[in-house]
Parts: sequence; C-alpha cells; structure tokens
Amino acid sequence: MATTAQTAADGGQKAPFPPFQTETYASQLVSLLIAFVALYLIVSRIALPRVGKTIDDRQAAIEGDLAAAQKLKDESDNALKAYESELAAARSRAQAIGAETREKLNAASEAERKALEDKLSVKLAEAEKTIASTRETAMSNVHGIAAEAATAIVQRLTGVVPDGKAVSSAVDASLKG
Amino acid sequence: MAADPIQQFALKKIFTIGHIGGQEIAFTNSSAYMFLSVAVISLLMLGTGRQLIPGRMQSVAELSYEFVASTIRSTAGSEGMKFFPLVFSLFMFICISNVIGVIPYTFTVSSHLIVTFGLAVLVFLIVVFYGFYKNGLKFFKLFVPSGVPLYILPLVVVVEVISFFLKPVSHSVRLFANMLAGHIALKVFASFVGMLGAIGFIGWVGAVLPLGLTVALTALELLVAFLQAYVFTILTCIYLNDAIHPGH
Repeated sequence: MATTAQTAADGGQKAPFPPFQTETYASQLVSLLIAFVALYLIVSRIALPRVGKTIDDRQAAIEGDLAAAQKLKDESDNALKAYESELAAARSRAQAIGAETREKLNAASEAERKALEDKLSVKLAEAEKTIASTRETAMSNVHGIAAEAATAIVQRLTGVVPDGKAVSSAVDASLKG
Repeated sequence: MAADPIQQFALKKIFTIGHIGGQEIAFTNSSAYMFLSVAVISLLMLGTGRQLIPGRMQSVAELSYEFVASTIRSTAGSEGMKFFPLVFSLFMFICISNVIGVIPYTFTVSSHLIVTFGLAVLVFLIVVFYGFYKNGLKFFKLFVPSGVPLYILPLVVVVEVISFFLKPVSHSVRLFANMLAGHIALKVFASFVGMLGAIGFIGWVGAVLPLGLTVALTALELLVAFLQAYVFTILTCIYLNDAIHPGH
C-alpha cells in the first residue's frame, strides 16, 4: 500500500508527532543510507587522504625547515669555534715571537755591554799603570829637588857644602816620615 | 508562521523515488537536508585549498580532521584509526546537519529518531561484526568483567549483556531527544514573541524577554548542536574501543 501521508499536518487536524510516524521511516532510512554512503565514499576516498596529505606535507616542511636551521646554526657555531681557536693560536704565537725577540735583544745588549766593560777595564788598568809610573817618576824627581834644596839651604845657613850622601838619606827619611 | 512547535519536524514529500514492498519511498525535506549536509561537508573538505599556510576555511577543514583524529586516538588508541573515515563521516554529518538545523526555517535531520537510530545501529553492527572478526569468541569477554567475585558474576553478565544491547538505544535517543527538545524550546519561546507582539504596545515591551531568551537559546542550541555531535562521536569511539580491546 503506498502511503501518501508523508506530510504530518496538512489542515488543522490533530497532527501525529512527526518523529513517531512509522510510515516515514523507510523513506528516511533510504535517504540516510544513500547520503551517508555517499559521504563515506567522498570522505574516505578523497577528502581525508587530501587533507591528511596537506597536513603531513606541512609537518614535513616544518621539520625540514627546522632541520635546515639547526644545520646552519651548527655550521655557524663551528665557524665561530674555529675562529676563536685560530684567534687564540695567533695570539699565543704573537706572544711567543715577542718573548723570543725580547730575549734575543736582551742577550745582544748584554753582550755589547760586557764587551764595552771589558774594553773600559783594560783602558782603566792601562791608565792606572801610567799614573803609577808617572807618580814614581814624579816622586824620584821630588827626591832630587829636595836634596838640592836641602844642600842649598844648608850651604846658605852654614856656609858648608854638606855631604851629598847624608843629605840624600835625610831627605829619604823625611819623605818617608 | 504556525505556532505549533511540533510543526517544524513535519516531513514534506518533495517527490516519490519508488516503492519497496508496497512502501512508498519519498524524497522529503529531510532527504534534501541530508544531501545538503553532505554537499556542505564535501565543499568544506574539498573546496578549501591545500596551501602550506592555510586560509580560514582550510583551517576549519584541517581542524576538524585533527579534532576527530585525536578523539579517536585518545579513546580507541591508534588501532581505532582504522575507523577514522567512518567516525569522521558520523561526526561531520551530525555536526553539520545540526548546525544547519539551528538556522531558522530549516529542518533538523537528527530530530527524527529513525535517523539517529539508523546511525547508532550502524555503529552497533560494526562493533559486533568487527569485534567477532578481530577477537573471535574472545569478544564475549566484553560481558565478563575481570575481577568480579564468582557468586555475582551471572548477575553482572546479565547486566552487561542488557546494557550492550541497549547501547544503540541510548546512543540514538540521546542525540534525538537533545535536538528535539532544544528546537521545541526555541520554537515555544519564539512563538511567545509573536503572541505578545499581537497584543499591542504593552505586548511589545513584554516580548523583549522571550526575544532575548530566543537569542540566548539559539546560542545554546549552536553549542548543543556541536556538543551532541561530539558526544555521539566519542561514544562511537568508546564502543569501537570495546570491539578492538574487549575485556575491561
């Protein structure tokens, strides 16, 4: 029997409660079946793989970018480390060169100083020797002059020319005196 | 506008598809809204671009994808992802048709018990068939909770069996009753506005309250529309989890 009462309330009759009208159930179930199967096919065959792939692609892109950024960061870190170690090496090398040069210069100036001192001390010794001989000569001259002077004084005072030997010994004694 | 709050649920025949066993199969307004929901979901999921940086609608599509996926993973585990297309279809179908139903003058597909019961029975049958297919006779462990003393075990088993077979009923009635009651309440308050407005100036003043309530109820219905779809989905996931891992 084809039921024609699909509509609930036409006219002012006391309408049955539409959700409990059993004669509409078959129509609704058929529609639901068709609609839901269609939806299921669209969703499972096309929509979900598509959206899922988009999300996965995005995730992969983000991860790839992060990995690339990490790699670049590591590279720059390594470059910085290399730069710092090179700088430290260069600094220590510079210090070594400085120390070496200083030592060399010190040694050279020390040697020069020593040579100069030696030369000077030789000259000093020579000079001292000259002074000593000059002084001796001067002293012997003093003896002669003193003896002559003493002879002359004694002659003037006494009118007698004293004995040369006596005068000489007297001068010696007073020079020593 | 008819003041009868039941009228909004009436099915109106648009044309006849055919007859099955003498029963007329008609394309009704309900059918139209079912196909409209399918069309809206397809448009949302397929017509919104696949950019690396998503636009608004693409974000909605991806958010619903990830929302359903995480719901399944958290309730049924990663094995439940086998049923992702099914659960996603259920969630989107119920959610979108409910949301369309909140729009005034539209029809709410899930306000008919036979529709929600059809969906619940679909889930129930999948649970039963997949449960036996995957676990064989071990699926009966579902009715025998472990750690129950022997002398009350028969009683517990009887309760478990009854509750198992009542699942599709509670599953479907929950959604149906929520949508039906919400729409009736909405219609009742909205018809107060018309009735009071007909009185005259004092009626206009008095109509402010039901009008405000109608607005607030519409917002609430929007929440319920989503929430009931979510509840239906999460219960589906829990039942599927029973099928995947029987034995409590």
